[in-house]
Amino acid sequence: MLINDGIITRDELATVLPSDERFKKGPVAIIECLQDIPCDPCVSSCPKKAITMKSGITDRPKLDEVKCIGCGLCVPRCPGLAIVVLDMTHAARSAALSLPYELHPVPKVGQVVKGLDRTGKAVCEAKVLKVLSAPKFDRTHVVTIEIPKDRALEVRAIRVA
Amino acid sequence: MSRKTEILVVGGGPAGLSAAIVAAQLGSKVLLVDDNPHLGGQLIKQTHRFFGSSARDAGIRGFMIAEELFKEAAGLKKNLTILLNTSVVGFYGDTEAGLLSPERYEKVTFERVIVCTGAVENSLNFENNDLPGVYGAGAVQTLMNVHGIRPGNKILMVGSGNIGLIVSYQLMQAGVEVVGLVEAMQTIGGYLVHASKIRRMGVPIYTGHTIVSALGKDGVTGARLCRLDEKFQVVPNTEFDVKCDCICLAVGLSPLIELFQQADCKMVHVGELGGLVPLHDVNMRTTNPHVYVAGDASGIEEATTAILGGRVAGARATESVHGESAEAGKVVSDAVAELRTLRSGSTGERIRWGREKIEKEIAAC
Repeated sequence: MLINDGIITRDELATVLPSDERFKKGPVAIIECLQDIPCDPCVSSCPKKAITMKSGITDRPKLDEVKCIGCGLCVPRCPGLAIVVLDMTHAARSAALSLPYELHPVPKVGQVVKGLDRTGKAVCEAKVLKVLSAPKFDRTHVVTIEIPKDRALEVRAIRVA
Repeated sequence: MSRKTEILVVGGGPAGLSAAIVAAQLGSKVLLVDDNPHLGGQLIKQTHRFFGSSARDAGIRGFMIAEELFKEAAGLKKNLTILLNTSVVGFYGDTEAGLLSPERYEKVTFERVIVCTGAVENSLNFENNDLPGVYGAGAVQTLMNVHGIRPGNKILMVGSGNIGLIVSYQLMQAGVEVVGLVEAMQTIGGYLVHASKIRRMGVPIYTGHTIVSALGKDGVTGARLCRLDEKFQVVPNTEFDVKCDCICLAVGLSPLIELFQQADCKMVHVGELGGLVPLHDVNMRTTNPHVYVAGDASGIEEATTAILGGRVAGARATESVHGESAEAGKVVSDAVAELRTLRSGSTGERIRWGREKIEKEIAAC
Protein backbone atom coordinates (compact mmCIF):
# COMPACT_ATOMS: atom_id res chain seq x y z
CA MET A 1 0.00 0.00 0.00
CA LEU A 2 1.13 3.50 -0.87
CA ILE A 3 0.86 4.72 2.73
CA ASN A 4 3.07 1.90 4.07
CA ASP A 5 5.81 1.69 1.47
CA GLY A 6 5.40 4.48 -1.08
CA ILE A 7 4.33 2.05 -3.80
CA ILE A 8 1.00 2.69 -5.52
CA THR A 9 -0.95 -0.56 -5.87
CA ARG A 10 -2.98 -1.54 -8.93
CA ASP A 11 -6.21 -0.77 -7.10
CA GLU A 12 -4.94 2.62 -6.01
CA LEU A 13 -3.77 3.37 -9.54
CA ALA A 14 -7.15 2.39 -10.98
CA THR A 15 -8.75 5.36 -9.21
CA VAL A 16 -6.75 7.86 -11.29
CA LEU A 17 -6.26 6.01 -14.56
CA PRO A 18 -7.88 7.34 -17.75
CA SER A 19 -10.21 4.90 -19.52
CA ASP A 20 -9.04 2.34 -22.10
CA GLU A 21 -11.01 4.23 -24.75
CA ARG A 22 -9.11 7.40 -23.92
CA PHE A 23 -5.74 5.62 -24.15
CA LYS A 24 -6.71 4.51 -27.67
CA LYS A 25 -7.12 8.14 -28.72
CA GLY A 26 -3.56 9.31 -28.02
CA PRO A 27 -1.41 10.82 -25.28
CA VAL A 28 -3.06 11.57 -21.96
CA ALA A 29 -1.90 12.62 -18.49
CA ILE A 30 -1.96 10.28 -15.51
CA ILE A 31 -2.02 12.22 -12.25
CA GLU A 32 -0.78 9.85 -9.55
CA CYS A 33 -1.66 12.18 -6.67
CA LEU A 34 -3.68 10.19 -4.13
CA GLN A 35 -3.53 12.30 -1.00
CA ASP A 36 -5.34 15.55 -0.22
CA ILE A 37 -2.24 17.69 0.25
CA PRO A 38 -2.38 21.48 -0.06
CA CYS A 39 -1.10 21.92 -3.60
CA ASP A 40 -2.56 23.15 -6.88
CA PRO A 41 0.03 24.17 -9.55
CA CYS A 42 -1.24 21.45 -11.91
CA VAL A 43 -4.61 23.23 -12.17
CA SER A 44 -3.15 26.46 -13.56
CA SER A 45 -0.55 24.63 -15.67
CA CYS A 46 -3.19 23.14 -17.96
CA PRO A 47 -3.95 25.22 -21.08
CA LYS A 48 -7.12 23.18 -21.68
CA LYS A 49 -8.46 23.54 -18.14
CA ALA A 50 -8.65 19.76 -17.94
CA ILE A 51 -7.44 19.60 -14.32
CA THR A 52 -9.80 20.78 -11.60
CA MET A 53 -10.15 20.73 -7.84
CA LYS A 54 -13.64 20.84 -6.46
CA SER A 55 -13.26 22.12 -2.94
CA GLY A 56 -10.03 24.10 -2.75
CA ILE A 57 -6.34 23.30 -2.88
CA THR A 58 -6.39 20.28 -0.57
CA ASP A 59 -8.75 18.49 -2.92
CA ARG A 60 -7.21 15.86 -5.18
CA PRO A 61 -6.75 16.92 -8.79
CA LYS A 62 -9.33 15.53 -11.17
CA LEU A 63 -8.46 15.06 -14.83
CA ASP A 64 -11.08 15.51 -17.52
CA GLU A 65 -9.75 12.91 -19.96
CA VAL A 66 -11.77 14.38 -22.82
CA LYS A 67 -10.31 17.85 -22.42
CA CYS A 68 -6.74 16.58 -21.87
CA ILE A 69 -4.66 16.66 -25.06
CA GLY A 70 -1.58 15.07 -23.48
CA CYS A 71 0.58 18.17 -24.03
CA GLY A 72 2.56 17.43 -20.88
CA LEU A 73 2.77 21.00 -19.54
CA CYS A 74 1.58 19.74 -16.16
CA VAL A 75 4.47 17.24 -15.89
CA PRO A 76 7.25 19.66 -14.88
CA ARG A 77 4.90 21.83 -12.80
CA CYS A 78 3.94 19.15 -10.26
CA PRO A 79 6.09 19.60 -7.10
CA GLY A 80 5.45 15.95 -6.28
CA LEU A 81 6.72 14.76 -9.68
CA ALA A 82 3.52 12.72 -9.73
CA ILE A 83 2.31 13.33 -13.29
CA VAL A 84 3.29 11.41 -16.42
CA VAL A 85 1.90 11.51 -19.96
CA LEU A 86 1.33 8.16 -21.59
CA ASP A 87 0.82 7.64 -25.33
CA MET A 88 -0.41 4.10 -26.02
CA THR A 89 -0.86 4.95 -29.72
CA HIS A 90 2.88 5.57 -30.21
CA ALA A 91 3.53 2.28 -32.05
CA ALA A 92 2.10 -1.20 -32.37
CA ARG A 93 4.07 -2.74 -29.52
CA SER A 94 5.53 0.22 -27.68
CA ALA A 95 4.21 3.20 -25.79
CA ALA A 96 5.72 6.65 -25.29
CA LEU A 97 5.97 7.79 -21.68
CA SER A 98 6.90 11.34 -20.66
CA LEU A 99 8.14 11.71 -17.11
CA PRO A 100 9.81 14.37 -14.96
CA TYR A 101 13.56 13.99 -14.36
CA GLU A 102 15.75 15.96 -11.94
CA LEU A 103 19.01 13.99 -11.78
CA HIS A 104 22.44 13.96 -13.38
CA PRO A 105 23.30 13.04 -16.02
CA VAL A 106 20.42 14.15 -18.24
CA PRO A 107 19.98 11.51 -20.94
CA LYS A 108 20.46 12.28 -24.64
CA VAL A 109 17.91 11.60 -27.37
CA GLY A 110 18.50 8.14 -28.79
CA GLN A 111 20.24 6.88 -25.65
CA VAL A 112 18.97 3.62 -24.17
CA VAL A 113 18.31 3.81 -20.41
CA LYS A 114 16.73 1.48 -17.87
CA GLY A 115 13.00 1.74 -17.20
CA LEU A 116 12.35 1.41 -13.46
CA ASP A 117 9.11 0.32 -11.85
CA ARG A 118 7.60 1.88 -8.72
CA THR A 119 10.03 -0.05 -6.50
CA GLY A 120 13.08 1.05 -8.47
CA LYS A 121 13.56 -2.31 -10.16
CA ALA A 122 14.80 -2.19 -13.75
CA VAL A 123 12.08 -3.91 -15.77
CA CYS A 124 12.91 -2.95 -19.36
CA GLU A 125 15.11 -0.98 -21.69
CA ALA A 126 13.84 2.45 -22.61
CA LYS A 127 14.90 4.46 -25.64
CA VAL A 128 14.94 8.22 -25.09
CA LEU A 129 12.74 9.90 -27.71
CA LYS A 130 12.75 13.47 -26.46
CA VAL A 131 14.21 15.63 -23.70
CA LEU A 132 12.56 18.97 -22.90
CA SER A 133 14.50 21.39 -20.70
CA ALA A 134 12.77 24.74 -21.12
CA PRO A 135 13.93 27.57 -18.83
CA LYS A 136 10.44 27.83 -17.38
CA PHE A 137 10.64 24.18 -16.34
CA ASP A 138 13.34 25.37 -13.90
CA ARG A 139 15.62 22.32 -14.04
CA THR A 140 12.89 19.70 -14.14
CA HIS A 141 13.49 17.95 -17.46
CA VAL A 142 10.68 16.13 -19.22
CA VAL A 143 12.05 12.94 -20.70
CA THR A 144 10.00 10.92 -23.19
CA ILE A 145 10.92 7.25 -23.45
CA GLU A 146 9.79 4.37 -25.62
CA ILE A 147 8.86 1.29 -23.60
CA PRO A 148 6.98 -1.96 -24.23
CA LYS A 149 3.23 -1.43 -23.93
CA ASP A 150 2.87 -4.09 -21.24
CA ARG A 151 5.26 -2.07 -19.03
CA ALA A 152 3.48 1.24 -19.58
CA LEU A 153 1.64 1.25 -16.25
CA GLU A 154 4.67 -0.03 -14.34
CA VAL A 155 7.59 2.12 -15.46
CA ARG A 156 7.71 5.42 -13.60
CA ALA A 157 11.40 6.30 -13.48
CA ILE A 158 14.60 5.85 -15.45
CA ARG A 159 18.18 5.06 -14.61
CA VAL A 160 20.76 6.64 -16.88
CA ALA A 161 23.99 4.66 -16.80
CA MET B 1 26.55 51.99 21.83
CA SER B 2 22.81 51.60 21.62
CA ARG B 3 20.24 51.48 18.87
CA LYS B 4 16.60 52.39 18.67
CA THR B 5 13.91 50.91 16.48
CA GLU B 6 10.14 50.59 16.42
CA ILE B 7 10.02 46.90 15.65
CA LEU B 8 12.78 44.42 16.35
CA VAL B 9 12.57 41.16 14.40
CA VAL B 10 14.60 38.24 15.73
CA GLY B 11 15.46 35.72 13.02
CA GLY B 12 15.65 36.19 9.25
CA GLY B 13 14.09 32.95 8.07
CA PRO B 14 10.86 32.90 6.04
CA ALA B 15 8.74 34.11 9.00
CA GLY B 16 11.09 36.85 10.22
CA LEU B 17 11.94 38.12 6.73
CA SER B 18 8.26 38.30 5.83
CA ALA B 19 7.36 40.02 9.11
CA ALA B 20 10.16 42.57 8.61
CA ILE B 21 9.18 43.22 4.98
CA VAL B 22 5.50 43.76 5.78
CA ALA B 23 6.24 45.97 8.80
CA ALA B 24 8.69 48.09 6.77
CA GLN B 25 6.24 48.33 3.87
CA LEU B 26 3.57 49.56 6.26
CA GLY B 27 5.88 52.31 7.52
CA SER B 28 7.50 50.90 10.65
CA LYS B 29 11.18 51.36 11.39
CA VAL B 30 12.41 47.78 11.56
CA LEU B 31 15.63 46.17 12.77
CA LEU B 32 16.04 42.58 11.56
CA VAL B 33 18.67 40.53 13.39
CA ASP B 34 19.97 37.08 12.41
CA ASP B 35 22.83 35.08 13.89
CA ASN B 36 23.72 33.54 10.52
CA PRO B 37 26.02 35.12 7.92
CA HIS B 38 23.07 35.24 5.51
CA LEU B 39 19.30 35.64 5.63
CA GLY B 40 16.74 33.07 4.55
CA GLY B 41 16.92 30.52 7.35
CA GLN B 42 16.13 27.03 6.11
CA LEU B 43 14.73 28.34 2.80
CA ILE B 44 18.18 28.67 1.24
CA LYS B 45 18.70 24.90 1.58
CA GLN B 46 15.44 23.97 -0.09
CA THR B 47 16.17 22.94 -3.66
CA HIS B 48 12.79 21.26 -4.18
CA ARG B 49 9.61 22.81 -5.53
CA PHE B 50 7.19 23.96 -2.87
CA PHE B 51 3.66 22.75 -2.45
CA GLY B 52 0.81 25.11 -1.67
CA SER B 53 -1.25 27.48 -3.74
CA SER B 54 0.02 28.74 -7.08
CA ALA B 55 -1.42 32.09 -6.00
CA ARG B 56 1.64 32.23 -3.74
CA ASP B 57 4.81 30.15 -4.09
CA ALA B 58 3.73 26.66 -5.10
CA GLY B 59 5.87 25.05 -7.76
CA ILE B 60 8.77 27.39 -6.97
CA ARG B 61 11.98 26.05 -5.45
CA GLY B 62 12.59 27.14 -1.85
CA PHE B 63 15.85 29.00 -2.44
CA MET B 64 14.17 30.98 -5.24
CA ILE B 65 11.47 32.05 -2.78
CA ALA B 66 14.28 33.28 -0.50
CA GLU B 67 15.75 35.26 -3.42
CA GLU B 68 12.39 36.96 -3.96
CA LEU B 69 12.19 37.90 -0.29
CA PHE B 70 15.78 39.26 -0.36
CA LYS B 71 14.85 41.44 -3.33
CA GLU B 72 11.79 42.78 -1.54
CA ALA B 73 13.83 43.50 1.59
CA ALA B 74 16.56 45.25 -0.42
CA GLY B 75 13.96 47.68 -1.77
CA LEU B 76 12.98 48.76 1.74
CA LYS B 77 16.33 50.15 2.98
CA LYS B 78 14.75 53.37 4.26
CA ASN B 79 12.77 51.49 6.91
CA LEU B 80 14.57 48.19 7.23
CA THR B 81 18.00 47.71 8.81
CA ILE B 82 19.54 44.23 8.76
CA LEU B 83 22.21 42.94 11.14
CA LEU B 84 23.78 39.58 10.27
CA ASN B 85 26.10 37.45 12.44
CA THR B 86 24.26 38.95 15.39
CA SER B 87 22.47 37.14 18.20
CA VAL B 88 19.76 38.50 20.45
CA VAL B 89 21.15 37.30 23.75
CA GLY B 90 18.39 38.47 26.05
CA PHE B 91 15.74 40.99 26.95
CA TYR B 92 16.05 43.73 29.58
CA GLY B 93 12.58 44.68 30.70
CA ASP B 94 9.92 44.78 28.00
CA THR B 95 11.54 47.03 25.43
CA GLU B 96 15.27 46.46 25.44
CA ALA B 97 17.40 43.63 24.03
CA GLY B 98 21.11 42.83 24.00
CA LEU B 99 22.75 42.17 20.61
CA LEU B 100 26.02 40.29 20.30
CA SER B 101 28.10 40.16 17.13
CA PRO B 102 31.78 39.27 16.61
CA GLU B 103 32.53 43.03 16.60
CA ARG B 104 30.53 44.32 19.54
CA TYR B 105 27.88 44.01 22.16
CA GLU B 106 25.16 46.63 22.00
CA LYS B 107 21.66 47.27 23.20
CA VAL B 108 18.57 48.07 21.22
CA THR B 109 15.37 49.62 22.51
CA PHE B 110 12.19 48.79 20.67
CA GLU B 111 8.44 49.17 20.95
CA ARG B 112 7.54 45.70 19.69
CA VAL B 113 9.56 42.58 19.05
CA ILE B 114 8.62 39.77 16.66
CA VAL B 115 10.46 36.61 17.66
CA CYS B 116 10.95 34.17 14.76
CA THR B 117 13.68 31.95 16.15
CA GLY B 118 12.47 28.83 14.37
CA ALA B 119 13.17 25.40 15.75
CA VAL B 120 15.85 22.97 16.81
CA GLU B 121 16.09 19.40 15.54
CA ASN B 122 15.16 16.50 17.78
CA SER B 123 17.66 13.73 18.35
CA LEU B 124 17.04 10.04 18.89
CA ASN B 125 18.42 7.70 21.53
CA PHE B 126 20.15 4.60 20.21
CA GLU B 127 23.41 2.86 20.92
CA ASN B 128 26.43 4.64 19.42
CA ASN B 129 24.44 7.68 18.35
CA ASP B 130 27.53 9.81 19.05
CA LEU B 131 29.65 8.11 16.39
CA PRO B 132 31.06 10.40 13.70
CA GLY B 133 28.72 10.06 10.73
CA VAL B 134 25.48 10.48 12.67
CA TYR B 135 23.95 13.75 11.48
CA GLY B 136 20.80 15.77 11.84
CA ALA B 137 18.95 16.38 8.58
CA GLY B 138 19.56 20.12 8.90
CA ALA B 139 23.32 19.59 9.00
CA VAL B 140 23.15 17.28 5.98
CA GLN B 141 21.20 19.90 4.04
CA THR B 142 23.59 22.66 5.07
CA LEU B 143 26.66 20.68 4.04
CA MET B 144 25.12 19.56 0.79
CA ASN B 145 23.07 22.52 -0.40
CA VAL B 146 24.86 25.51 1.15
CA HIS B 147 28.49 24.35 1.04
CA GLY B 148 28.38 21.77 -1.74
CA ILE B 149 29.87 18.99 0.41
CA ARG B 150 28.59 15.41 0.38
CA PRO B 151 28.07 14.20 3.94
CA GLY B 152 28.86 10.61 2.96
CA ASN B 153 28.51 8.07 0.18
CA LYS B 154 25.93 5.66 1.60
CA ILE B 155 23.37 7.10 3.94
CA LEU B 156 20.57 5.71 6.08
CA MET B 157 17.68 8.11 6.70
CA VAL B 158 15.69 7.91 9.92
CA GLY B 159 12.23 9.53 9.80
CA SER B 160 9.63 9.59 7.03
CA GLY B 161 8.25 13.07 7.56
CA ASN B 162 8.61 15.51 4.70
CA ILE B 163 12.12 16.46 5.81
CA GLY B 164 13.34 12.84 5.78
CA LEU B 165 11.72 12.20 2.41
CA ILE B 166 12.89 15.43 0.77
CA VAL B 167 16.45 15.27 2.11
CA SER B 168 16.69 11.66 0.87
CA TYR B 169 15.73 12.85 -2.61
CA GLN B 170 18.21 15.73 -2.46
CA LEU B 171 20.96 13.32 -1.37
CA MET B 172 20.26 11.15 -4.40
CA GLN B 173 20.37 14.23 -6.62
CA ALA B 174 23.81 14.93 -5.13
CA GLY B 175 24.96 11.43 -6.04
CA VAL B 176 24.71 9.90 -2.56
CA GLU B 177 23.26 6.42 -2.25
CA VAL B 178 20.34 6.22 0.20
CA VAL B 179 20.35 2.66 1.56
CA GLY B 180 16.97 2.94 3.23
CA LEU B 181 14.53 5.05 5.15
CA VAL B 182 13.40 3.96 8.62
CA GLU B 183 10.08 4.97 10.21
CA ALA B 184 8.78 3.86 13.61
CA MET B 185 5.14 4.34 12.64
CA GLN B 186 3.40 1.78 10.45
CA THR B 187 2.65 4.46 7.87
CA ILE B 188 4.65 7.13 6.07
CA GLY B 189 4.50 10.49 7.84
CA GLY B 190 5.15 12.93 5.00
CA TYR B 191 3.53 13.49 1.63
CA LEU B 192 3.15 10.22 -0.26
CA VAL B 193 4.26 11.75 -3.55
CA HIS B 194 7.66 12.44 -1.93
CA ALA B 195 7.80 8.84 -0.70
CA SER B 196 6.94 7.41 -4.12
CA LYS B 197 9.63 9.61 -5.67
CA ILE B 198 12.44 7.98 -3.64
CA ARG B 199 10.86 4.52 -3.67
CA ARG B 200 10.88 4.34 -7.47
CA MET B 201 14.56 5.25 -7.35
CA GLY B 202 15.07 2.07 -5.37
CA VAL B 203 15.09 3.26 -1.74
CA PRO B 204 13.43 0.74 0.60
CA ILE B 205 11.05 2.38 3.08
CA TYR B 206 11.06 0.49 6.39
CA THR B 207 7.85 1.57 8.14
CA GLY B 208 7.33 -0.09 11.52
CA HIS B 209 11.09 -0.20 12.09
CA THR B 210 13.60 1.59 14.26
CA ILE B 211 17.35 1.92 14.55
CA VAL B 212 18.82 -0.13 17.40
CA SER B 213 22.43 0.94 17.08
CA ALA B 214 24.97 2.59 14.87
CA LEU B 215 27.73 0.15 13.94
CA GLY B 216 31.41 1.02 13.71
CA LYS B 217 34.34 2.00 15.89
CA ASP B 218 35.79 5.28 14.69
CA GLY B 219 32.89 6.18 12.48
CA VAL B 220 29.66 4.79 11.10
CA THR B 221 30.06 1.61 9.04
CA GLY B 222 26.46 0.45 9.30
CA ALA B 223 23.27 0.41 11.31
CA ARG B 224 21.28 -2.27 13.08
CA LEU B 225 17.54 -2.05 12.52
CA CYS B 226 14.62 -3.98 13.94
CA ARG B 227 10.87 -4.17 13.56
CA LEU B 228 8.43 -2.39 15.85
CA ASP B 229 4.84 -3.39 16.52
CA GLU B 230 1.95 -0.94 16.47
CA LYS B 231 2.62 -0.02 20.10
CA PHE B 232 6.23 0.82 19.22
CA GLN B 233 7.54 -2.28 21.00
CA VAL B 234 10.54 -4.11 19.56
CA VAL B 235 9.57 -7.33 17.81
CA PRO B 236 12.09 -9.93 19.08
CA ASN B 237 14.51 -11.58 16.65
CA THR B 238 13.85 -9.14 13.81
CA GLU B 239 17.22 -7.38 13.87
CA PHE B 240 19.17 -6.92 10.67
CA ASP B 241 22.14 -4.81 9.60
CA VAL B 242 22.51 -2.38 6.73
CA LYS B 243 25.82 -0.99 5.49
CA CYS B 244 26.22 2.77 5.41
CA ASP B 245 28.77 5.46 6.28
CA CYS B 246 26.25 8.00 7.40
CA ILE B 247 23.04 8.05 9.45
CA CYS B 248 20.77 11.04 9.03
CA LEU B 249 18.16 11.82 11.71
CA ALA B 250 14.99 13.54 10.57
CA VAL B 251 12.86 12.87 13.62
CA GLY B 252 11.08 16.13 14.14
CA LEU B 253 11.70 19.62 15.41
CA SER B 254 11.05 21.53 18.62
CA PRO B 255 10.28 25.27 18.74
CA LEU B 256 13.19 27.44 19.92
CA ILE B 257 11.57 29.28 22.79
CA GLU B 258 14.13 30.61 25.30
CA LEU B 259 13.48 34.26 24.41
CA PHE B 260 9.74 33.90 25.07
CA GLN B 261 10.40 32.33 28.43
CA GLN B 262 12.74 35.18 29.29
CA ALA B 263 10.09 37.69 28.22
CA ASP B 264 7.62 36.03 30.61
CA CYS B 265 5.30 34.92 27.81
CA LYS B 266 2.89 32.26 28.95
CA MET B 267 3.97 28.95 27.45
CA VAL B 268 1.76 26.02 26.57
CA HIS B 269 2.63 22.46 25.60
CA VAL B 270 0.95 21.40 22.35
CA GLY B 271 2.24 18.08 21.05
CA GLU B 272 0.79 18.65 17.57
CA LEU B 273 2.84 21.83 17.25
CA GLY B 274 6.12 20.28 18.40
CA GLY B 275 6.07 20.91 22.16
CA LEU B 276 6.24 24.10 24.21
CA VAL B 277 5.13 27.18 22.32
CA PRO B 278 4.33 30.72 23.46
CA LEU B 279 0.59 31.16 23.80
CA HIS B 280 -0.54 33.61 21.11
CA ASP B 281 -3.72 35.01 19.58
CA VAL B 282 -4.80 35.17 15.93
CA ASN B 283 -2.72 38.33 15.61
CA MET B 284 0.39 36.33 16.62
CA ARG B 285 0.67 38.40 19.80
CA THR B 286 1.88 36.55 22.88
CA THR B 287 0.68 37.15 26.44
CA ASN B 288 3.43 39.78 26.75
CA PRO B 289 1.87 42.61 24.67
CA HIS B 290 5.28 43.73 23.41
CA VAL B 291 6.13 40.32 22.00
CA TYR B 292 4.85 38.73 18.77
CA VAL B 293 5.74 35.33 17.36
CA ALA B 294 5.76 33.73 13.90
CA GLY B 295 7.14 30.70 12.10
CA ASP B 296 8.20 27.40 13.65
CA ALA B 297 8.64 29.13 17.04
CA SER B 298 4.82 29.42 17.11
CA GLY B 299 4.39 25.74 16.19
CA ILE B 300 6.28 23.45 13.82
CA GLU B 301 4.83 23.68 10.33
CA GLU B 302 6.53 24.65 7.10
CA ALA B 303 7.90 27.64 5.20
CA THR B 304 4.77 28.81 3.40
CA THR B 305 2.73 28.99 6.61
CA ALA B 306 5.74 30.62 8.30
CA ILE B 307 5.72 33.34 5.63
CA LEU B 308 1.99 33.93 6.17
CA GLY B 309 2.29 33.96 9.97
CA GLY B 310 5.15 36.42 9.61
CA ARG B 311 3.01 38.69 7.45
CA VAL B 312 0.26 38.68 10.09
CA ALA B 313 2.74 39.46 12.88
CA GLY B 314 4.43 42.24 10.88
CA ALA B 315 1.11 43.90 10.07
CA ARG B 316 -0.36 43.62 13.57
CA ALA B 317 2.84 44.75 15.30
CA THR B 318 2.86 47.80 13.03
CA GLU B 319 -0.76 48.56 13.89
CA SER B 320 -0.01 48.32 17.60
CA VAL B 321 2.70 51.00 17.14
CA HIS B 322 1.07 53.26 14.53
CA GLY B 323 -2.64 52.54 14.94
CA GLU B 324 -5.03 50.53 12.82
CA SER B 325 -4.89 50.77 9.04
CA ALA B 326 -6.95 49.30 6.23
CA GLU B 327 -3.74 48.32 4.44
CA ALA B 328 -2.52 46.25 7.38
CA GLY B 329 -5.98 44.76 7.82
CA LYS B 330 -5.90 43.58 4.22
CA VAL B 331 -2.48 41.92 4.66
CA VAL B 332 -3.87 40.06 7.67
CA SER B 333 -7.19 38.98 6.17
CA ASP B 334 -5.47 37.71 3.01
CA ALA B 335 -2.89 35.78 5.02
CA VAL B 336 -5.48 34.30 7.38
CA ALA B 337 -7.58 33.11 4.44
CA GLU B 338 -4.54 31.49 2.83
CA LEU B 339 -3.56 29.82 6.10
CA ARG B 340 -7.02 28.35 6.45
CA THR B 341 -6.80 26.86 2.96
CA LEU B 342 -3.32 25.43 3.49
CA ARG B 343 -4.35 23.78 6.74
CA SER B 344 -7.52 22.21 5.35
CA GLY B 345 -7.63 18.57 4.28
CA SER B 346 -6.38 15.48 6.07
CA THR B 347 -2.68 16.38 6.00
CA GLY B 348 -3.46 19.55 7.95
CA GLU B 349 -5.51 17.77 10.58
CA ARG B 350 -2.89 17.67 13.34
CA ILE B 351 -2.01 21.31 12.84
CA ARG B 352 -5.71 22.23 13.09
CA TRP B 353 -6.01 20.29 16.38
CA GLY B 354 -2.93 22.05 17.71
CA ARG B 355 -4.22 25.45 16.62
CA GLU B 356 -7.59 24.75 18.29
CA LYS B 357 -5.84 24.01 21.57
CA ILE B 358 -3.99 27.34 21.35
CA GLU B 359 -7.26 29.18 20.62
CA LYS B 360 -8.98 27.55 23.61
CA GLU B 361 -6.10 28.37 25.93
CA ILE B 362 -5.91 31.99 24.82
CA ALA B 363 -9.68 32.39 25.17
CA ALA B 364 -9.38 31.15 28.77
CA CYS B 365 -6.62 33.69 29.46
